[in-house]
Amino acid sequence: MDIHEYQAKKILSDFGVTIPRGGIVYSPENAENKAREIGGSRWVVKAQIHSGARGKAGGIIVCDSPLEVAQATDKLLGKKLVTNQTGPEGKIVNRIYIEEATDIERELYLGLVFDRSSESIMVVASTEGGMSVEEISKEKPETIIRSKIEVAVGMQSFQARELAFGLGIEPDLIRRASETIIGCYKAFSELDATMVEVNPLVISKQKQILALDCKMSFDNNAMFRRNQVSELRDKTQEDSKEVFASDRGLNYVSLDGNIGNIINGAGLAMASMDMIKLAGGSPANFLDVGGGATPEKIVKAFKLVTMDEKVKVILVNIFAGINRCDWVAEGIVEALKKIEVNVPLVIRLAGTNVEKGNQILKESKINYIEANTLEDAANKAVAALNK
Amino acid sequence: MTVLIDKNSKIIIQGFTGKMGTFHADEMIKYGSNVVGGVTPGKGGSKHLNLPVFNTVKDAVSETGADASILFVPPAFAADSAMEAADAGIKTCVAIVDGIPSHDMIRIKRYMRRYTKSSKMTLVGPNCAGIISPGKSMLGIMPGHIYKEGRIGIISRSGTLGYEAAQQLKNLNIGVSTSVGIGGDPINGSSFRDIIEKFETDDETDAILMIGEIGGPQEVAAGEFAKENMKKPVIAYIAGLTAPKGRVMGHAGAIVSAYGESAIEKVEILKECGITISKNPSVMGDTVKSVLEKM
Repeated sequence: MDIHEYQAKKILSDFGVTIPRGGIVYSPENAENKAREIGGSRWVVKAQIHSGARGKAGGIIVCDSPLEVAQATDKLLGKKLVTNQTGPEGKIVNRIYIEEATDIERELYLGLVFDRSSESIMVVASTEGGMSVEEISKEKPETIIRSKIEVAVGMQSFQARELAFGLGIEPDLIRRASETIIGCYKAFSELDATMVEVNPLVISKQKQILALDCKMSFDNNAMFRRNQVSELRDKTQEDSKEVFASDRGLNYVSLDGNIGNIINGAGLAMASMDMIKLAGGSPANFLDVGGGATPEKIVKAFKLVTMDEKVKVILVNIFAGINRCDWVAEGIVEALKKIEVNVPLVIRLAGTNVEKGNQILKESKINYIEANTLEDAANKAVAALNK
Repeated sequence: MTVLIDKNSKIIIQGFTGKMGTFHADEMIKYGSNVVGGVTPGKGGSKHLNLPVFNTVKDAVSETGADASILFVPPAFAADSAMEAADAGIKTCVAIVDGIPSHDMIRIKRYMRRYTKSSKMTLVGPNCAGIISPGKSMLGIMPGHIYKEGRIGIISRSGTLGYEAAQQLKNLNIGVSTSVGIGGDPINGSSFRDIIEKFETDDETDAILMIGEIGGPQEVAAGEFAKENMKKPVIAYIAGLTAPKGRVMGHAGAIVSAYGESAIEKVEILKECGITISKNPSVMGDTVKSVLEKM
């Protein structure tokens, strides 16, 4: 789960990291007042969407008066912002963060992620803040310093100090820099984050160490014990079909193609998508209804896939284990009584009681194309598309 | 020997009296697994499915001599249950449960560092289908009848894709020595590398089919291990050629976030390690067959 910049900054500040003064607004009038309340003479108006690279997309505007702040807010609110991370459809701007401008002396990079190889938390830092971590590793890999943190004992002061010295931070600021790094680590480990990225982390001309921008992602599996974090979810930033799916316990990812998929198991779903591609087609979605493929889930899956106007063919591929094919077939027949499907439907059942399952489908008089293997299913789906 | 479990493995069910625990315990017993009891804290002393229920794993081990366990406890309590099993002397523990926080998985693995290699429990999963040695024992939730007895080892992150492979092999009259589902989470108890190492020394296994997917460093780590240390042939399929970068594809661990984590990159690296690649998921069985014919 991702959260907005202003929410991430609030979390960091709760863990002792300094952030510029700022506030969230929902209207230009609000924005003007907020700018006066913050004070100073320059402000930054920042569109809040779940994406980085907002600056290049015009989502961050520096203003010299509260009136300009109001105008910039008016310009951004309600707009769709397209960045190199949002995809062509972009993301809607519903919230604006107004912040005092910072006099920047140095921009640094600080990121924390799970390192799956060492199964520890990896802190990555660089003197080249402001660039994405991918750009830094491509163009200035020699500036990257890493520190592996043993989760059981947490981050030690010396580790934070080594990073701070490694970034060339002047001696008077080392202590504050270490506190900042440890604050980020604590936010990561105490809130079940999977990623905390402060980019840039800046040293201001007034010698303050500030988190100027921040991205955070959290472990969906841990949200049951992180109510305060899960409340920060903003569904307007997610694909509406993906929200529909996650509310119903389905794993769904919207894609660009036109063959809709209903499959049990994540691995089998990815494999089926691969087969569609090899057959010359393109999947409209990834959809895992769960290993069990219960009739309830199948109804929901049909509802979801038929919502997508791109879908010209639906491919159902279920490998039934403990849940027998006859039971799954009954679920499909029930689903098709409730949901109208106006595109060709290819169904491949495999596993326990497959003959019985196929017989139920045949006798139900539903309109479908039977397939026997993964390959057969993909070929028939692509062929149905071309008819 | 067989990998991880055999006919004599004494199995207990953690979360025995719950709906999932009851259903799958029954399936395992029907398959012929040697289930000797279960654990549900607070219900010790009672009977369930005609088997004794214990309050703690320690009690279960000392009364029944259990050496294997399978967890059907909710995600919030799974880490605790896995550590309890490790401490009680269980040798092989399968965590079926989907949804354990990654921080908890790290905690389990750090906890287990206190044991020496010979006394350390092997944890398989979470978010997996479990282990089956066809005809001998099943410590999992798979449909046992699709596995034919034989000499191929299967390791898979995905459950249903592992079933697909077992069925393709069965249709070609090829059997399986042991199939291990290692699970779809970012951090899991046993990696591909951990399990192929066990298959290499297993005298009942001739070749290994490894079914991987996008995300994480594990397939590559296993490939590098195989290149240096293995004599038995390894065949691999990697799912997710069409998966977009940066998106989680169902499994929490199926996300491409670094170089070497996409399906194409993994396939290239594995080829360089001398592993035979199954070009697509419908020819996993055929690819294994062609490798066997060359042996």
